[in-house]
Amino acid sequence: MSIVKLNNQGVKNATAFGSISSLGSMVFIKKLTASSSATLSFVDGANGVVLDDTYKEYLFTFNNIHPATSGAYLYFNGTDDDSSHSFDVVQTTTHFRAYNFEDDSARILQYLSSFDTAQGTDSRISSGLHNDNDSSLSGYLTLFNPSSTTFVKHFISNTNYEQGAVSINSKFAGYFNTTADITGVQFKMSSGNMDAGDICLYGIA
Amino acid sequence: MALVKYNNNSISAVTSAPLIPLGALTHIKTLTASSSSTLSFVHGSNGVVLDNTYPIYKFEFINIHPATNSVLFQFNLSTDSGSNYNVAKTTTAFAAQHKEDDSSTALSYDTGEDLANGTGFQSFLSNIGNLDNESASGEMFLYSPSSTTFVKHFTSRVNHHHSEDISVDCYIAGYGNTTSAINAVQFKMSSGNIDSGKIKLYGIKDS
Repeated sequence: MSIVKLNNQGVKNATAFGSISSLGSMVFIKKLTASSSATLSFVDGANGVVLDDTYKEYLFTFNNIHPATSGAYLYFNGTDDDSSHSFDVVQTTTHFRAYNFEDDSARILQYLSSFDTAQGTDSRISSGLHNDNDSSLSGYLTLFNPSSTTFVKHFISNTNYEQGAVSINSKFAGYFNTTADITGVQFKMSSGNMDAGDICLYGIA
Repeated sequence: MALVKYNNNSISAVTSAPLIPLGALTHIKTLTASSSSTLSFVHGSNGVVLDNTYPIYKFEFINIHPATNSVLFQFNLSTDSGSNYNVAKTTTAFAAQHKEDDSSTALSYDTGEDLANGTGFQSFLSNIGNLDNESASGEMFLYSPSSTTFVKHFTSRVNHHHSEDISVDCYIAGYGNTTSAINAVQFKMSSGNIDSGKIKLYGIKDS
C-alpha cells in the first residue's frame, strides 16, 4: 500500500481539521475604519459581522478615535431588531473617570452623574474629545452574551483619551435592559462625524 | 476507486491551512526576571515586534517579585530603540485597596504617582512586598505605538500584595505625549532588582 502524504496544496481549502475550527481563543471578526463617518455599526450577518451566539463574549477595540468636532462624546448603543436596526435599546450605565492635566494643575477621580444613563439610549463611553491633530481615544469595550434571551446584556469599557492637555481614563459599564437578543451595536459621536480611527470586533471563544 | 482516508500522520507535512481562522492574540516574547535590573522590549531585538505589525500590544505581568521590600514596579517608553527611556507622559493613577485584617478599605486617586508631562518612570502604584509569597500581576495595553500622528495611549490594571498586607487594585492610564513612534518599553523596580516574574508581550491583530 502506498503512503499518501498531504501537503499545503492538498489541504489548502480546508476550513477545519476535525473539531479544530480556529486556532486561539480570541478571533478577529471585523474592522471598521472611520473616515468622516456619521456612525460605525456592527450588525450580525452584515458585511461579515458575527454578533450572535457563536461567542459568549465580544471585544471591541478602539484605536485612535478622532472626532471632527471638538467636545463631542463617543456614544454607544445597540439594536434588538432583525431588520430595521434602530439602535434604541434602553440602557442603565455607570460612568466614572480619572483625569490629570499636563500642567499638573488639577487631577481627580470622580463619578459622573451627568454621564451615566438611567433607562436611556445613546450612552456615553467618554466625555468630550478634542479634535487637535494628535488627540484621540483608545481603549476597549466588552459585550457579554448578546444573544441571550434570558438575561440583560452587560458591557464594560475602559478608554483613555486626550482632551486638550488633559489625560482622561473613563470606566463605563452597564447593561442593555432587554431580554431580546442584541443583533448589532453602533458607535457615533454626539455631534459631528468620526473623523478617523479604527474599531475592531473580536469574538472570545 | 478506493477512498483514501487521512489521519494525523498523513497531514504531518502541513504547515498552514489559510482558511482556518488564526487567533487574534499573538504571543511575541516572554521575558523572565532573574535578579534583573530591567526587562526591556526593544523592537527588532531578540525577536521583539513593537511596530505597526499590530495596532494594539498587550503586556501581561505574572508574579512580579521584587528583591527589595516595599518598592514600586514601573515602566517607561522609548522613541530611540532603548537608548533613552524618557518619553513625556501624562497619566492618571487610582486604586482600590483592602487590608487582610479587614481594618481598612479605600478607593482613591493617588496624587503622588501620576505624571504631568513627566519623563520619569510611571509606577503601577504602591509598594510591593518581597516576602516569598508577595508579588504583582496584571496587564497593560499599549495602543498604536508606531503612530506618527497621535499621542500613545496606554491602560493598565495591576493587583499586588502590598508590603503591609494589603490587596491593592491599581489603575494606571495615560498617554506618551509624543507623535514619534514608540519602539521600546522598559520595566524595572523603583529600587533593587526584579527578583523573579514573567512579562509577556502579545500583539492583537486587526485583520
